[in-house]
Amino acid sequence: MSPLDDKQAAAHTASGNGIRSDLKLIAEMVEPGSRVLDVGCGDGALLAFLSRRKGVDGRGIELSMDGVHQCVAQGLSVIQGDAETDLKDYPPGAFDYVILSQTLQAMREPRTVLETMTRIGRRAIVSVPNFGYWRIRVQLLLTGRMPVTEKLGYQWWETPNIHFCTIKDLVVLAEEMGIRIERCMIVNGAGRVTGHAHSGLANLLGEQGVFLLRRD
Amino acid sequence: MSAPNPAAAVPAAVPAEPATMPGHRVTLGVDRPMRLDSGAELGPFEVAYQTYGALNADRSNAVLICHALTGDHYVLDQHPVTGKPGWWEMLVGPGKPVDTDRYFVICSNVIGGCMGSTGPKETDPATGKPYGLGFPVITIGDMVRAQKLLVEHLGIDQLFCVIGGSMGGMQVLQWAVAYPESVFAAVPIATAARHSAQNIAFHEVGRQAIMADPDWAGGNYLLEGTRPHRGLAVARMAAHITYLSEPALHRKFGRNLQNRQTVTYGFDADFQVESYLRHQGITFVERFDANSYLYITRAMDYFDLAADYGGGTLSNAFRRDGKGTPVRFCLASFSSDWLFPTSESRAIVHALNAVAANVSFVEIRTDKGHDSFLLDEPEFHQVIRGFLDGCAEHRGLTRPSRP
Repeated sequence: MSPLDDKQAAAHTASGNGIRSDLKLIAEMVEPGSRVLDVGCGDGALLAFLSRRKGVDGRGIELSMDGVHQCVAQGLSVIQGDAETDLKDYPPGAFDYVILSQTLQAMREPRTVLETMTRIGRRAIVSVPNFGYWRIRVQLLLTGRMPVTEKLGYQWWETPNIHFCTIKDLVVLAEEMGIRIERCMIVNGAGRVTGHAHSGLANLLGEQGVFLLRRD
Repeated sequence: MSAPNPAAAVPAAVPAEPATMPGHRVTLGVDRPMRLDSGAELGPFEVAYQTYGALNADRSNAVLICHALTGDHYVLDQHPVTGKPGWWEMLVGPGKPVDTDRYFVICSNVIGGCMGSTGPKETDPATGKPYGLGFPVITIGDMVRAQKLLVEHLGIDQLFCVIGGSMGGMQVLQWAVAYPESVFAAVPIATAARHSAQNIAFHEVGRQAIMADPDWAGGNYLLEGTRPHRGLAVARMAAHITYLSEPALHRKFGRNLQNRQTVTYGFDADFQVESYLRHQGITFVERFDANSYLYITRAMDYFDLAADYGGGTLSNAFRRDGKGTPVRFCLASFSSDWLFPTSESRAIVHALNAVAANVSFVEIRTDKGHDSFLLDEPEFHQVIRGFLDGCAEHRGLTRPSRP
């Protein structure tokens, strides 16, 4: 599994297509037949889905050995490695898409990871849990304690998430880095896609955001 | 293709004569001798090999297995000298990860070896005597060159897969770099793109042990009627330690004493681990030639893909016409392997990433050390099976219907 292991993954209910709802949204952004690198590919669910349904030439990189075993044993091309150290070897434009789902907030240096992703991929697809989501805001406001939600099911002392951000934060960072947001999907608590990344409502109502990024 | 021949499995104190050994033997380099990396020429020369399974109509299902330092081509069948089962029985066979119902498996004894391929103990046609140290120094590249001639002799343009561990893994890498168009998939296991200084050092200990044995007779022991058994046994004992891990040795033997209650205050094999190593040494000399050991360890020492093909940069070795290698790779390392540690495999993975090659990599968690690739490691076997299945799908190899 990815750094956000079972607990968090399990929270993303499997869709009718057998993959998590956020992965399905990511898959929608990928052109058929393209070259894809899935960073933190977990058990390979997205890669398998993309290669079966969209005929992509997929690669993966995954931290946990269990995840890599599962991937390679089902015929996927996956290496055991760390996004923060093992991405830098790839040449510029090696992939059409570099995907990072629900993992950016677990990186020591999210900015560097974003930079690398948009260098080695013509496009990057990043999904992040939105720490500006209204339920999280309410929890912090009312209880005065670090929020624990269904999708972020960790206590503060055990969470792998070290760099939480809001949808708005990511929009601002992308602007600063000269990364264009080509497309964005905001997913609300009911799993429906709403709003626009730049709207304040998205930052309040979105439980997670899925961004299609491209370096200008 | 060939069935094991139990009748030929006669244990012998010295390596059996190739003529009596089961399997195939072909003479290569007849029209034109093979040019070696050293500049010397070899030919005609013999290559002994075994095949398992059947070649399909479009000759696309051939898997070449490359054996390790002291291995041979008896992958599946009983060893004709030791009578032991084939060395990769666990991984290769009907329904096994390298499925002989599906693939045509080839394994040859490396040149420089002593199980039927031309090596220092064979007769030099020029002199009518054993080559001895007159045998040219060979490299991993030369071994693979000979394998390429064998594969061509069998009428195969492209191997579906080349797979091997340790020195076999070096050959796999050499195949993928020297003949990328002739390899669809490559599986280098527990190996490295170059032999490290530490590994060269261990090999030198082994070679010095052999050469320090008076029975080695300057390499002419076959003519002198002696055998450097003691030197070769010591070489094997030292090497064997590097194939294991401290936890594995400890689990197996600890500080347990051998058939006694107390230490003897002498130099008998008081400890079980000593007795075990002595046994490893003694059984090894029955099946291996001392000069072959010198030549093959030297070949490993010289191996350096980055220097030979990449101008010092490993990723350049995997470039072809400005693009990355077309070969699909799967690397595997073992967490307790200190002879070919995971970092060596990872260096290869990084070099392959740098050319955006198609690569899988898994480190298998085990405490059994370097030799794990020969042992019952279900996770490792599962990875090999999955990778080959995936490759077979891409290569369009249909799964045979099993009764």
